Amino acid sequence: MAGFSLANVQRDFPLITGGKIAYLDNAATTQKPVSVLEKMDSFYREYNANVHRGIHRLSERATDEYEGAREKIARFIGAKSPKEIVFTKNTTESLNLLSRTLPKLLGNRGTVLSTEMEHHSNIVPWQNSGMKFDYVPITGWGGELDLDSFALKAGKASIVTLTHASNVLGTINPVEKLGRLVPKESFLILDCAQSVPNMPVNVGKLGADFIAFSGHKMCGPTGIGVLWGKEELLENLPPFLYGGDMISSVSMKGAEWNSLPWKFEAGTPPIGEAIGLGEAVTYLKRIGMERIRTHEEKLASYCMKRLSEEIPNARVLGPLDAKKRGGLVAFSIDGVHPHDISGILDNFNIAVRAGFHCAEPVSKKLSLPGGSTRASFYLYNDPSEVDLLIDGLKKAEFLFKR
Amino acid sequence: MDYSEYLVDYYLHPRNKGKIDKPSARAVKSNPLCGDTVSVELRISKTGKVETARFNGTGCAISSASASILMEHFEGKSTREIKRADGKKVKALLGIEISPAREKCALVALDALKMAVSDYEKKRGK
Repeated sequence: MAGFSLANVQRDFPLITGGKIAYLDNAATTQKPVSVLEKMDSFYREYNANVHRGIHRLSERATDEYEGAREKIARFIGAKSPKEIVFTKNTTESLNLLSRTLPKLLGNRGTVLSTEMEHHSNIVPWQNSGMKFDYVPITGWGGELDLDSFALKAGKASIVTLTHASNVLGTINPVEKLGRLVPKESFLILDCAQSVPNMPVNVGKLGADFIAFSGHKMCGPTGIGVLWGKEELLENLPPFLYGGDMISSVSMKGAEWNSLPWKFEAGTPPIGEAIGLGEAVTYLKRIGMERIRTHEEKLASYCMKRLSEEIPNARVLGPLDAKKRGGLVAFSIDGVHPHDISGILDNFNIAVRAGFHCAEPVSKKLSLPGGSTRASFYLYNDPSEVDLLIDGLKKAEFLFKR
Repeated sequence: MDYSEYLVDYYLHPRNKGKIDKPSARAVKSNPLCGDTVSVELRISKTGKVETARFNGTGCAISSASASILMEHFEGKSTREIKRADGKKVKALLGIEISPAREKCALVALDALKMAVSDYEKKRGK
């Protein structure tokens, strides 16, 4: 692709083409480009078959495409081998996989250390994992991790699990630095649901043992997510779900597990979805993750600037430095409930998210009983949509003027 | 969704908000979606008439206005009418279309009212 032309990018997404809607809810899920829709359509129309077992040409093609998608994704995040890419339903399932298998490996001994800025999917599975649970607090509205607390607690934890980029505060955690505080024999897990779709991520540099992310937040379909893990670690983990395809042989006395990554993929996988995600990765790579990151950073920065200048009652959650945050801006406005803000914005065809964003502890910490309103950007958004947002907010403020 | 002046007025200037000294019945309902909590207090006469109805709590415009409008409406009416009321009734009183996502906000006060009445009747052995 010659240059990153916004108009060209927007044309790739039928749902938003022509400014039908200002879609600013990308941290929840993103829109899908035509190439992904067509790729999935062609799977169902031309070579729909089950993978890994049919000795016929349809199954062989489906298997090739399914495994091909895995290879593309492996390259996209810098994995050493496709064996390190386990297909799951989403980030939540990837984290549940770890929360069910790692404690078994550890005999439930030790502590899981999470943080106060996590999505529920990186809190609740661990609270119910059978291991002790502890967390690192956040500093408050600035939305950064309490680094002293992290340094103190990480050294004693068997599992440290945290978000790479917060879905509410926007905070990009300094994970490479934090990883060095985690003991070598402990496991470091990163929730990359908000980072892999929005910025260059290379697992070779992150210092993590496992990462989790979702396909639908990066131009792919729903129902497909990824768990990446270091090969030798995945090798040692017990299986998560049991059934077909995850075994190499079965007798009435027991079974032997299949090799990686299929040991963790019981039953018929989401084949069309995996193939769709493979295509999404191809699309993102063509645009360039560095470019996407820069584009989102500009939008977030512009959004925060307009908010601070024109909506004096608005307060932004998280770091105010765009370099330290992802492409999303959550804010609260005194006297207007987030659900009313998003209800009013919806009247003007602006889609934002309102409420807790599946990270209720953050709202509790900041004493926001109704949560916050979040505008989250992606490659196809442009500054005119921030302008629409600001106009809508002014109307909401006017309506609720006391 | 249509934020009418009527509704916004009830939100900004709520009627029947507050507490009752020694209420005959009370109930609290919350809506996890909005983080709304509505508490309801009723004074009910021996004949089953709602003499006073008050609400308290914080929430979005829809849930707060709905609570205020419902308290005002049911004051002076019999508890039977609260039991009979449904979502349709609430929508008619609010006078606006409620999107499915906001229905819970609109109904949280009615749920609290129904709970208060049912607790009251249980206590009285009905």
